[in-house]
Amino acid sequence: MRYALLINERPEAYEGLSADERAAISAEYTTLMKDERMLGGERLQPAETATTVRVQDGEMLVTDGPFADTKEIFGGFYIVEAGDLDEALELAARIPATRLGGSVEVRPLVEL
Amino acid sequence: MLEEIFRDQWARVFAALVSYSGDIDVAEEAAQEAFVIAAERWGRDGLPDNPGAWLVVTARNRAIDRLRRDRTHADKLRRLDRPEPSEEVAMNETSIPDERLELFFMCCHPALAAEAQVALTLRALGGLSTPEIARAFLVSEETMKRRLSRARTKIRAAGIPFAIPREDRLPARLGAVFAVLYLIFNQGYGDGRADLTAEAIRLARILLDLMPGEPEPAGLLALMLLHDSRRAARVRDGEIVVLHEQDRALWDTAQLEEGQALLDRALALGARGAYTVQAAIAALQAEERIDWPAVAALYDRLRELTGSAVVELNRAVAIAEVEGPRAALAIVDALPLDGYRYFHSTRAELLRRLDDTEGARAAYERALALATTEAERRFLNRRLDQL
Repeated sequence: MRYALLINERPEAYEGLSADERAAISAEYTTLMKDERMLGGERLQPAETATTVRVQDGEMLVTDGPFADTKEIFGGFYIVEAGDLDEALELAARIPATRLGGSVEVRPLVEL
Repeated sequence: MLEEIFRDQWARVFAALVSYSGDIDVAEEAAQEAFVIAAERWGRDGLPDNPGAWLVVTARNRAIDRLRRDRTHADKLRRLDRPEPSEEVAMNETSIPDERLELFFMCCHPALAAEAQVALTLRALGGLSTPEIARAFLVSEETMKRRLSRARTKIRAAGIPFAIPREDRLPARLGAVFAVLYLIFNQGYGDGRADLTAEAIRLARILLDLMPGEPEPAGLLALMLLHDSRRAARVRDGEIVVLHEQDRALWDTAQLEEGQALLDRALALGARGAYTVQAAIAALQAEERIDWPAVAALYDRLRELTGSAVVELNRAVAIAEVEGPRAALAIVDALPLDGYRYFHSTRAELLRRLDDTEGARAAYERALALATTEAERRFLNRRLDQL
């Protein structure tokens, strides 16, 4: 089964970390990407760079950013191939964001 | 007679079919059909040699029929196309594996909401009907139906496994199974409903049977039996009776002894978990003369395991017996349990012993306002009258 691992990060999670600590976390992400069960994934630019679009009464409404009062911001995602939910959860738990005050939402993909 | 066999066999047949078809809905339908056919045929021709195997084979044939009819299940059909075991082999008891443990772990998977775990466990392992579960948990049948259906959909769509968790995940996952069984027990015990406590005990027996080498299932079953043995003495004339005022003649000696033996077994197996500690406390409290320092020490251990303020409240009750009400009150007053009825009734009792009648009255009244059952209200009202 394919799952999306949606990574929600605490915005200031990386503040106060030393260069070495950041490098260690980056290395963890790189290792994860090399796992053969990883089908793909992307990291997003910070939430401040986002623009939100709505359509009301046929009119396009564009606003700056997401409404970022939330404690966590969607920061990126992986698509993985896993045998069952437990395997997907295990991969999700290896994502460093889960230790840094963030969370990972695990959602199965619709298989056609 | 038939009903008893059905009840005993339901979970095994259902588990076998989930394993075989990989689909919980197909499994339930097929199992149900097999039981209907069995009721008809066995009533007429008598029991087959091996009712369990007969049911599994019949249900499996129904599942194959259903999946063949249903062409959209093409991938499952492929899975079923493996060679059929011959009827003879399948009817041999030993050749039918017992997959109920997998069923426990699937139903109590932490990815499911707690109330869905409870409902699924009662349905899949207890064989209770949806209306029965709805009644037990005081929700409408419609709500329970939705809850079960949502849980089944999630199991299928999210790929919740029908499997025993890997070794390193087992303790955490087993904890979820214990929690569900104890929740079912407590729901029944709190409301004095013997059907639910009996069901929880039955399920705990199955679990222990399936994991004879694990210590904590024995502790959990011991805990349930030790509490349940006092059920008949717990309510008199519709009023809760506290432990030291209970009529011991009403205690179920057989249950008490079995509980104590199971506790010994759990301890011998090295059980140190929260359920075993609670069982040890319950066993001490069944003694004629209660060893309060030992009870307090066990609550101390339980607090380390659970970090729970409610446990600390219970420890204070034991401390009251060892060091007196003033020491106990100091512990109780520091607890953040203002919304909890037993917090106020415990405080009231301690204040009463310290001759603070007004304080005790106020605390009993707070407890009364938070009481959830009529039996509790009567108990508290009598206490108020006695002040």
